[in-house]
Amino acid sequence: MSTQLRTYLDPATLPFPFCPGCGHGTILERLDQALARLDVDPAKLVLVSDIGCSGLSDAYFATHAFHGLHGRSVTYATGLKLANPDLQVVVLMGDGGCGIGGHHLINAARRNIGVTVVVFNNLNYGMTGGEHSVSTPPAAVTSTTPLGQLERPMDIAGTVAVNGASFVARTSTFDTTLTDVLVRALENDGFSLVDVWELCTAYFAPANKLSRKAMAETMTTLGFRSGILVDEPRPEYAKAYRAQHAGILGEPALLARGLEVRHEATLDRRLSWLFAGAAGKRIGSAAGALARGAVLSGLWATQRNDYPVTVRTGYSLSEIILSPDPVLFTGVATPDVVLDLSAEGHARVAARIAGLPRGARVYRSPDVPETETEADVITLDFAGTGWARKKESWALMAAARALRDTDAYPVEALREAVGAGGAATEALAAVDAGHALAEVG
Amino acid sequence: MRELIDGAEAIARAALHAGCTFFSGYPITPATPILLHLIRELPKVGGTAIQSEDEIASMGFCIGAAMAGARVMTATSGPGLSLYSESVGLAIMGEVPMVIVDAQRMGPATGGATTVAQGDIQFLRWGTSGGYPVIVLAPADVAECYALTRRAFDLAERFRVPVFVATDKETVLGKATVDAASWDEVPVRQRPTAPAGGSFLPYRADPPDGVPLMSPLGGVHLVRFTTSTHDERGRLTRSPVEVDRLNRRLAAKVEDHADEIAMVRADLQSDADTLVVSYGITALAAREAIASARETGLAVSGLTVQSLWPVPEGELRAAMRGVDRVLVPELNLGQYRLEVERLAPDGVQVVGIHRVDGELITPDQIFDAIGAHESPEVA
Repeated sequence: MSTQLRTYLDPATLPFPFCPGCGHGTILERLDQALARLDVDPAKLVLVSDIGCSGLSDAYFATHAFHGLHGRSVTYATGLKLANPDLQVVVLMGDGGCGIGGHHLINAARRNIGVTVVVFNNLNYGMTGGEHSVSTPPAAVTSTTPLGQLERPMDIAGTVAVNGASFVARTSTFDTTLTDVLVRALENDGFSLVDVWELCTAYFAPANKLSRKAMAETMTTLGFRSGILVDEPRPEYAKAYRAQHAGILGEPALLARGLEVRHEATLDRRLSWLFAGAAGKRIGSAAGALARGAVLSGLWATQRNDYPVTVRTGYSLSEIILSPDPVLFTGVATPDVVLDLSAEGHARVAARIAGLPRGARVYRSPDVPETETEADVITLDFAGTGWARKKESWALMAAARALRDTDAYPVEALREAVGAGGAATEALAAVDAGHALAEVG
Repeated sequence: MRELIDGAEAIARAALHAGCTFFSGYPITPATPILLHLIRELPKVGGTAIQSEDEIASMGFCIGAAMAGARVMTATSGPGLSLYSESVGLAIMGEVPMVIVDAQRMGPATGGATTVAQGDIQFLRWGTSGGYPVIVLAPADVAECYALTRRAFDLAERFRVPVFVATDKETVLGKATVDAASWDEVPVRQRPTAPAGGSFLPYRADPPDGVPLMSPLGGVHLVRFTTSTHDERGRLTRSPVEVDRLNRRLAAKVEDHADEIAMVRADLQSDADTLVVSYGITALAAREAIASARETGLAVSGLTVQSLWPVPEGELRAAMRGVDRVLVPELNLGQYRLEVERLAPDGVQVVGIHRVDGELITPDQIFDAIGAHESPEVA
């Protein structure tokens, strides 16, 4: 399909449906000429259109077409390009789309995704009745600024230029070199935007006496330079992504990390644990190690964590259920074992500790407040070990100590469970120290 | 061999095994781990995963990629789902095969980021303009996260419609022990694609299926995709005949195949007075409660709904036959109960058990409700 084509327009659909004197048809004709000059394969060309009068455009071309929601055209174009970097993707959008979808424009420019955005910038919303847009100049009268526009217009071309677009031009439908500019935009491998100013003959031009001359004066008054503003090729995102990841292509993905049962558990009933500590003190990882050790011993385990939205501050709770049979419900109402390790966690679980029955066990650090409870309370003597300052290890130590008392499964399984971790040596030492941990007093 | 694994990893692995080649998401608790897994893993299989600038862009990227031939997934939670809304409509209108994971957290608005909930159940079904149907699957545990994500990919290809996996914070972030035998390798079909030769109309769909064959943008056929009401060629139309045909087809292609989509886990007893209808994580508490009730000599039935939308009406009606009372535990103030109520035979009492305090409904709560003679509604 790469034979030289005279036109990409579908003759059966013409003429264009635009108002007499509207610039949209001119832009489409210039775009068609630019595509023909580059001999773009129509089977690899996707026109992505936005909402508004310019959104009617794709229907007049015999190419792939994607007509989407208002302001989102750049996101579809990005998805198309990421999935198939061989595509030539051209976005046709108005100044309205640049307003509602400005966030996408900025980020597409930053990313330098290889799409070409042609902005049909007629300074107002033509389809819905001449309301003001982000590009409406100061003092302009529109249906929603009947006494004149008070807002300063968005510099569409300038916005993408400062955010990394590799080709940017501002021009108008009166520019005799518009085809050349569009050719250069299409040739650029990365993100290109051509901001084409034009007359809306239905609304903006008659209401504001906008002419070719007045348009040029408006640009000057606003300090908006015209012509090619940026032409600085840099790596296109879809290609850069593939190049960056070429080294890991073919590596096995997300394999199962199976736990082989190599130890024998003695636990013959469900045993639930509540770890209560502070964020950053390895509460979740200690609880996870306890659960993995159980699975290595042939038990079934669940882990349910609770924490606030903060990261290195606040409480951290973890509920563990160990069982000789599969576990369905993962909640723990009345834990058999509580590891009460810091004030933050304690505040969250004090009421639960108070309600524990006889037979339950609470292993507390001397730091946390004491709570009236019928449960057995064991105060752990971290100070009597070399681990007094290593509070990050206390949860694992307490778990090892409680494991010894409950005899749920062999401590060797817990050692194996932590052995695979990154900080294995210290964790193994913590298990051993915890296993031998004494009570205060 | 067993694994201690969370729902996020199960979902990501299912996506990889289902042939997912494109993922885009925006960081949000509790869906973020799915994004992280696929950012790392998808490039290994030649796919692309990208963090977008916002949730609207996540959907836009996915829809564009899907129409270029990729198999796509995204994952979010309530606030993100709210931003997905307009694009869900686009995916329905343009008939985009895609999987959307909703890891539910407590709403409304930002709500509780790290708090479990099941508050999106009606929103998932009715969350975009026009009211046209989508498919929603709800895994109860980690193993089902894997199976139902695979099923979601298959249904997305089958019906060219967004398929949601409605899970929750506890299931996605909580770890469970899964036996190797429990991973259900649900088959996932290849994309039904138009043959290379001959004429092609992008939205021509023949009865009885009503699902058009696909051809990628950039493929052998010129494809016209549109957000607007269109004819078979993908051109805007206002012809009442064509408009009516399209809209009815968009509804019928899902609703007429409700039986094919339906997935439930029925555990019925013929002499039961009470039926417990549950879904998602609440089903685990329901199953424990039912087992406990039976141990005390009570006859009680359970129905876990895995395919929430379209509502498996036949299965629900059959399960309700002969019972006096239906309990519907939900982590909301009664959403799916509305569907159960409209299907309940005359005289059958439908009772909700609700929790919106951030805690899970416990087996004890459901057990007590099963045993109660009077309406045990928990506010």
